[in-house]
Amino acid sequence: METKVKSACDTCALYNKDGLKRLGIHTDNFDFIVALAGNPNTGKSTVFNALTGLKQHTGNWPGKTVTRAEGGFEYNTEKYKLVDLPGTYSLLSTSEDEEAARDFILFGKPDVTVIVADANRLERNLNLVLQILEITDKAVLCLNLMDEAKRNKVDIDVRTLSRDLGIPVVPTSARFNRGIPELIQTISEIASGKIVCKPHRIKNVPKNIEHAVKTLTVQIEKEFPNIPNSRWIAFRLLEGDKQIINALKTGEFL
Amino acid sequence: MKDNNIDNIIELSNELRWQIGDEFHDNLTESIYADAADIVKDSVTTQDGEKRFRLDSKIDKIVTSKIWGFPIMFLILGTVLWLTIVGANYPSSLLASLLLDTVHPLLQSGANSVNMPWWLAGFLIDGVYLAVAWVIAVMLPPMAIFFPMFTLLEDFGYLPRVAFNLDSLFNKSGAHGKQALTMSMGFGCNAAGVVATRIIDSPRERLIAIITNNFSLCNGRWPTQILIATIFIGAVVPESLSSLASLLAVISVAVLGMAFMFGVSWALSKTVLKGEVSTFNLELPPYRPPRFWKTIYTSLIDRTLIVLWRAIVFAAPAGAVIWLISNVHVGDETIAAFLINGMDGFGFLLGLNGVILLAYIVAIPANEIVIPTILMLTVMVTGIGGGAGAGVMFELDSINATGDILRAGGWTLLTAVNLMLFSLLHNPCSTTIYTIYKETNSVKWTVVASIMPVILGFVVTFLVAQVWRLLF
Repeated sequence: METKVKSACDTCALYNKDGLKRLGIHTDNFDFIVALAGNPNTGKSTVFNALTGLKQHTGNWPGKTVTRAEGGFEYNTEKYKLVDLPGTYSLLSTSEDEEAARDFILFGKPDVTVIVADANRLERNLNLVLQILEITDKAVLCLNLMDEAKRNKVDIDVRTLSRDLGIPVVPTSARFNRGIPELIQTISEIASGKIVCKPHRIKNVPKNIEHAVKTLTVQIEKEFPNIPNSRWIAFRLLEGDKQIINALKTGEFL
Repeated sequence: MKDNNIDNIIELSNELRWQIGDEFHDNLTESIYADAADIVKDSVTTQDGEKRFRLDSKIDKIVTSKIWGFPIMFLILGTVLWLTIVGANYPSSLLASLLLDTVHPLLQSGANSVNMPWWLAGFLIDGVYLAVAWVIAVMLPPMAIFFPMFTLLEDFGYLPRVAFNLDSLFNKSGAHGKQALTMSMGFGCNAAGVVATRIIDSPRERLIAIITNNFSLCNGRWPTQILIATIFIGAVVPESLSSLASLLAVISVAVLGMAFMFGVSWALSKTVLKGEVSTFNLELPPYRPPRFWKTIYTSLIDRTLIVLWRAIVFAAPAGAVIWLISNVHVGDETIAAFLINGMDGFGFLLGLNGVILLAYIVAIPANEIVIPTILMLTVMVTGIGGGAGAGVMFELDSINATGDILRAGGWTLLTAVNLMLFSLLHNPCSTTIYTIYKETNSVKWTVVASIMPVILGFVVTFLVAQVWRLLF
């Protein structure tokens, strides 16, 4: 907690407690938008509360957050608006909550996407992480529930994981506010462009599909230069996603 | 020109889709899982990490088993209610003696000493203040016990197991298994339960969940059930068994509500809301030891105080309305007496009385104030000396005194039973009705959800009254 006694921490960049103001629901004139995504029941709402100082009701059951919650915090004089998305296992189907989460990451163009994952169930959580990394390249993995992982003797090599995913990985125990200062610092560095991510792109794709995807990607990039997620759009077009086809036609990606 | 290019891209994608065939979606999903496995292999090491998951699944085997699942559920619900009933008595009477016996006379003498006009003093002190004080004295203790216990269960991870147990029942009713979760939320507050139905994707099943959420006894009605059961049901058995009897009565009403939820869901899904039951995944989260004090603190602040505040906000004007209708005369009668006499006949048919029906009309904004309204109106109609004047809510220092007033108002065991039934089966409070409208955006479904439970309530209490009168 920030109420710790004076120590070397006070002068550390990661412990910049004077720089942090939790703004609650006041999100006017923000400088950056931060999206909070992740599987159900990984503690997204707890992370959200830790960042904003709000008291969104949390509970130990999946699907707790039904409304899109928004809040804010100020860090080093810059204001961040935080959007807590509904928890989903994937972005590939078309249920309402998955669409809401996907649309926000895709069309809301958040400056940073914080992906909250359960450290105890990393492999299953990576399914969503890898999908999000196809859509956005400004993301940080918040490896939550580290206290439980420790108790379960699950050991995670954070550096290797970060290198493989191509994005920063911050271990946290949001219930105890552990790792939250580091998470805030990382969010600000991604938002300001100090950290540039090189996100992992899905590799083990069968050859015929990879070929089709490449062909499409080339065409898409010709039409929309500088688009960060041409490959993902190609995936969706091959799937026949009507919403993405319409978005292409109306130019919503620009 | 640009449109042309985009059309070309879409055309190209259609062609390629034919070439790569049907398995695209599955192939892509498999690729993602393969990548995930690769990454995890390099960065995650697990020692006996499955141990705790094994403990979790051991607990799950018991609490979701076919044999033990339901008994354990009722046992937990029973324990929570029993602790609430037994534990709330003492602080309740303490608060009542403070707010009603000590502060109220002080306020009255204070008003006298500043020569406040009698009607203003009556309106403010006997109307508004007494209503608020009653709500605090009677509602705060049970809520302060019930909500934290419920929240602890929720944080521990028990609710998804309840959903798991009830899934097959909901399935047979043609409803969504996640309705078990919205039902549980409804046990706290129906408006919250209605909002929680957003977790149900299918509009048909969501509507069923919204319409039937009112059958979950909400916190505004638990105290009514507990109080009436304690006074009337507890009194028909020997004193050593009276807590147990009232506990069983309250649980029966709650379970009856669940039965109505299944029955009405089934009826809706067979008639106006026909359709397939959708399948869904429900992850059973790990059991987590709740952060005890933090949970207690937040559930007191977030739930108890907010709900209490709402009760007070509604009780204050209702207290004022009660005082007004009992003191404003039309011809020879007060407005309240006129309405009560008008509804007495219908009330008798239902095994209730005019006072109760009028109280339910006054209490549409908040179920919490049904009992205080009934008590106040009863005192007025019977003219017994409990109250200090028309529209004044008498001292309520003990549950026995409440019982005496109600018996003087002609209450029998039948009245009590039917009041408990009607408290379960009547229109949702106005907040819930408004929430239903916001969530469904449909006047039609809002009307259905509001009227249907009242009609059910009329039918059920009517039948019970007729059978009762035949038998006894």
